[in-house]
Amino acid sequence: MTDLPLDPIAIDVGDLLQRTVASLYSHLVTRPTGRAVRMAIETQLAEAGGRSLSLIDLSEVTILDFSCADEVVAKLLQKHQGDAGLEAIFVFRGVHEPHRDQIQVVLERQSLAVVAETGPGRFELLGARSPDEDLAWRYLEDQGFLGRDEAHALCGASDPVRAFEALSERGLAFRSPVTGRYHALSRLVEHLT
Amino acid sequence: MQVIPVPGSLDAQTVDALLDLVPPEGTAGRILFDARHVRWVDPNGMVGLVVAGTVARDRSDTLPRLELPESADVLSYLGRMAFFDSVAGVFEIEQRTPRRSGGTSDVLLEITPVQANSDVHEVVDRVQSRAGAILSSKLGYPGTSVVQFSVILSEVCQNIVEHADGPGWVAAQAYNWARRLGRWVVVIAVMDIGRGFRGSLAEEHSARYGDRWSDATALEAAFLHGLTRFPDSGRGQGIQQIRRQVQRWNGAITIRSGTARIGQVPEWDDTPPLVEGLAPFPGSQISIVLPAKEGGQT
Repeated sequence: MTDLPLDPIAIDVGDLLQRTVASLYSHLVTRPTGRAVRMAIETQLAEAGGRSLSLIDLSEVTILDFSCADEVVAKLLQKHQGDAGLEAIFVFRGVHEPHRDQIQVVLERQSLAVVAETGPGRFELLGARSPDEDLAWRYLEDQGFLGRDEAHALCGASDPVRAFEALSERGLAFRSPVTGRYHALSRLVEHLT
Repeated sequence: MQVIPVPGSLDAQTVDALLDLVPPEGTAGRILFDARHVRWVDPNGMVGLVVAGTVARDRSDTLPRLELPESADVLSYLGRMAFFDSVAGVFEIEQRTPRRSGGTSDVLLEITPVQANSDVHEVVDRVQSRAGAILSSKLGYPGTSVVQFSVILSEVCQNIVEHADGPGWVAAQAYNWARRLGRWVVVIAVMDIGRGFRGSLAEEHSARYGDRWSDATALEAAFLHGLTRFPDSGRGQGIQQIRRQVQRWNGAITIRSGTARIGQVPEWDDTPPLVEGLAPFPGSQISIVLPAKEGGQT
């Protein structure tokens, strides 16, 4: 059995914006537009079925306002981080400097965090996180993956084991249900173009 | 006929005087807005005149008359800013109005009505092609500032759609404030004739304020604390983030609603942070002034 029972999918928000909201709208602004795009993403997730890892690509989006950042990023994460556990994990691609502030603000307001590709091959953790989570995420990002017995080796964290568990629970790392190994999300989506 | 003299210099600082003169509900007889002596007008003044005329029309049930400015420059500028398109059905104008010229290179955003989300998209689309060059060449802002500028416009216009429950207008223009500030500025004016901040927040929040509930406390609640009528915790960020971005650019933002005005102003502006006791007026008025970076173009 594979260590990774996930088949990552890529969702191009620029394409969704053009196809699902209105061909006239080229920017991700206004709450109804954001809501419509989020619903289109959720439809694709439902079609994928089961637990999923999705790469949400914002590369083609020029303008992203706070209302849309709240609908497309924060509310999407909130909806899939319910009490029943994570149904879906997300990585956001194309989070360029002009989008960064809007996403950071809406995530912090809702105590959420997300893994974002902010430049080619450069991944960052955006939003609210503890120092231990930040340390654990950087370590995992360097290593690519980590055996569950190796978590305690993280230096500088007050509770390293708990820090990796928290990353997994918050959708900031993937923990294999088969081996218990932690995987950096950046490595799991790197093959998606 | 009741005559309302329009201030000779019609901008954010004088538009209150115009709005305060609009007669109350049920006024009988014609109203004349005498703008013959207007020599200077900015987006706040233009949008204010549209709003004053609309309210006068609705209160008196008849079209008010507008005497046009005698200044050819002002008339031409009003034409370029689509003022005459905006006041069709608002004012009766006997004189010939100038045609809207094709030369819009110095106009950032003509007076644009905002009532639906599609209008917000149109505003953002329209400024994309013009704002970048103006923000970088006149204000010395970085190339990416066009995104933050568009986000500001999007959020202030959405404020009308989501909260005002009434029609609104937006306009923006770059000016050389040579005498006042010694720098270029971009002025954004947004006004609506909806229910105002107090009306929007009353049902959800007035009880906790008790006797203190007023236009001023409603403005403080939204402007300083991000309160909104929606229970959703993701709401109420728009004005907060506009304030933050305006502060980053060392700009000024003021909001008038009902009988009060609140503001966040930098050291170069002596506008008081809170003004109460203005004449009652429907809706809200948002004014944003973004100055050129110091050491930029003068």
